[in-house]
Amino acid sequence: MITGASRAESALLVIDVDEGIKENSKRHGQMVSMLGVKQVTVLVNKMDLVDFSQEVFEKLKADYSEFLAQIKVKPVSFIPVSAREGDNIATLSERMPWYNGATVLQQLDGFTSDKQLEDKPFRFPVQDIYKFTRQNDDRRIVAGTVAAGSVSIGDEVLFLPSGKQSAIKTVESFNTTPKQVASTGSALGFTLTTQIYIRPGELMVKPSEPLPEVGTRFRVNIFWVGRAPMILEKEYKLKIGSARESVKLAEICNTLDASDLSYSKNKHQLDCRDVGECILETSRPIAFDPAAASETTGRFVIVDNYEIAGGGIVIENLSADETLLQRHIRERENNWEKGLIKTEEREHANRHRAKFIVFTGVPGTGKRSIAKALEQGLFSNRLNAYYLGVANIDRGLDADLGFNADNAGERLRRIGELARIITDAGLIFITTIDDADDYDIETLKQLNEPSDILVVNLGENSFSHYHPDLQIPAGGSVSDAVKEVTDLLKTKEIIIEYQI
Amino acid sequence: MDHLDKLEAQSVYILREAYREFKSLCMLWSIGKDSTVMLWLARKAFFGHVPIPLVHIDTHYKIPEMITYRDRIALEWNLNMIYGENREALQSKLTFPDGNTDRITCCKYLKSEALKHTLSGQWPRYRMDHELKRYVPDEGKEPYTGVIVGVRADEEGSRSKERYFSPRDKDNVWDVGDQPPEFWNQFKTDFAPGTHVRIHPLLDWTELNIWEYIEREKIPVVSLYFNQGKGTRYRSLGCYPCTNPVDSVSQTVPEIIDELKSGRLSNIAERSGRAQDSEDGGLETLRRDGYM
Repeated sequence: MITGASRAESALLVIDVDEGIKENSKRHGQMVSMLGVKQVTVLVNKMDLVDFSQEVFEKLKADYSEFLAQIKVKPVSFIPVSAREGDNIATLSERMPWYNGATVLQQLDGFTSDKQLEDKPFRFPVQDIYKFTRQNDDRRIVAGTVAAGSVSIGDEVLFLPSGKQSAIKTVESFNTTPKQVASTGSALGFTLTTQIYIRPGELMVKPSEPLPEVGTRFRVNIFWVGRAPMILEKEYKLKIGSARESVKLAEICNTLDASDLSYSKNKHQLDCRDVGECILETSRPIAFDPAAASETTGRFVIVDNYEIAGGGIVIENLSADETLLQRHIRERENNWEKGLIKTEEREHANRHRAKFIVFTGVPGTGKRSIAKALEQGLFSNRLNAYYLGVANIDRGLDADLGFNADNAGERLRRIGELARIITDAGLIFITTIDDADDYDIETLKQLNEPSDILVVNLGENSFSHYHPDLQIPAGGSVSDAVKEVTDLLKTKEIIIEYQI
Repeated sequence: MDHLDKLEAQSVYILREAYREFKSLCMLWSIGKDSTVMLWLARKAFFGHVPIPLVHIDTHYKIPEMITYRDRIALEWNLNMIYGENREALQSKLTFPDGNTDRITCCKYLKSEALKHTLSGQWPRYRMDHELKRYVPDEGKEPYTGVIVGVRADEEGSRSKERYFSPRDKDNVWDVGDQPPEFWNQFKTDFAPGTHVRIHPLLDWTELNIWEYIEREKIPVVSLYFNQGKGTRYRSLGCYPCTNPVDSVSQTVPEIIDELKSGRLSNIAERSGRAQDSEDGGLETLRRDGYM
């Protein structure tokens, strides 16, 4: 039912007048509301069983309207019908002279397709970036489907959450006449006037129009259909627009049992068929529109253990609140048990300060060779450095996480927690992370507190705003790179000049 | 946007979703009109390129025009064309035309079994070499975990129960009653190791839509679909011992569209010329076991 209803633009809800409003009538109303189907007509069926009574019809209409109002569904019409006898289906029934509204067929013809999207601000979830080099094709195409609004050649565009900007150079499509404009609903592509590094999952918008929200924490409505309940603080995968992020259920505000519409304020999980108003947190920011503004970029699904287990809409951005990560770190630090040795005593004995050094950049830039050579260089100067190969964690500390991509946030947290411990022990802790973005670094930085992080980026800089402490071009010699990092450590007084 | 534009946009979206999410992806090309439209939609999705291998299961009983057409298009469109077969059944003549099995069993051997083992990489695959312009043994042995298939919901009862992204377990079994929900345009693209998925970009298309789109885009299709003067044409293509033409005078795509709109074929199932469907259990039995 969900699969079908979620694709619908209008719905006919059928109620058996003889049975009255039952659990299913309510659940279906709730689902239609939740899925955002705007045009709803209620067919009051089997009127022949109640002698075509206007009184019975009006009573049911009043009761069901009241229920639908609670869940914010405003039906277009109620039609009394007898499906078996054909009353009011194709022609008005002589047996219900008191009804002069539309027949079911007229009502179906009266439903309109949603054209308003065309007039909304431009929204283009970036589905992929293509560069197919066969037959000397050098186009780098940003591909996707226009979710709302339109864009023309020459328009300035902004990518969120990265904040990168460019302008439309061409509109790309196959076997069509050349296009100047891309309008709502079309699946096509663009080339840009400048070469910028963007990832699939970003939302392309026009900076001249109202912007979507960007945040990591938001209030949502979720309709849960998973076999296992949705539980607090477990890591799930969120899919919204073309973005995929790991997400946690931070709070459950209230839940609604879709069968009897009873509210509950104190549930600690969402069970199958619960509708919950909740607070979610993603590990990195996502761009979205609150569903009231534009439903196509405000709808999401949640994946639990490979299955789509829930769907929902974003109600509002709550990014100003304390995040789960901030709360976790605050509680961790409040309860941190210290030994008897002071940080300064360690620094004095070690003759250097603690530091967490992260080498980032695209795979294949030689990060690991440099990281290992740095460890060796520091060690040979009798400094306490330790290099950790991240693969060692996969089969060790992270063995319980398997190879499930949903756990990316948890993997990162564990590296950050390790850094917290090793820097507390006074060491220079060195590791490498492929393709880290602004939020990965921000997360590690926070987890490593109160010690500080030092980021060395190799090769192309793919950060949006973050400035690495050191930028080294790919392809240089290992010893030069080690010297550059060592010099920076001296400048920052992590190690003292005369030691080297 | 008209109806065909919407269908096209949705199929393109699904193909791009599949390409983004599955590392080891292939597209089944039966040479028929539906999967040829799907191949065209891939060129739409990827701006003239087809970055996905096309797999054809050759029963060696296909109508010869089909194979000629396949290889001509493969070369013209620069396709990564792969075929597989059930060599053992063919060599030991375990087929219906040889008189050694019934039709359903023959389909099972030459199509379902061949498909299963070609997808898994256990049986040899043959790849079109664009330099030599002929097939050579394919080095690639990795299993395809995402398989794009051109089935349509209106074709036949069991196909109407499909999802756009439909999981199969490691034995290819399709659990019709327990399928994942598809909310809005978010599909099941996460799979446990050992399972794989069938992707159906044409699910919402009808036979008429297919022909209207072929006309609009001027997509080349096999001549067997048209009456060549004998008053018959093929409406659905398969192996020659089990596929019969229907009575029709349509010689061009617009004539086929008129014929379909006129309702002259409305009481005749599209696959009525396919003899295996009328045997016990028919297509649903074949499909549960991996048939497309």
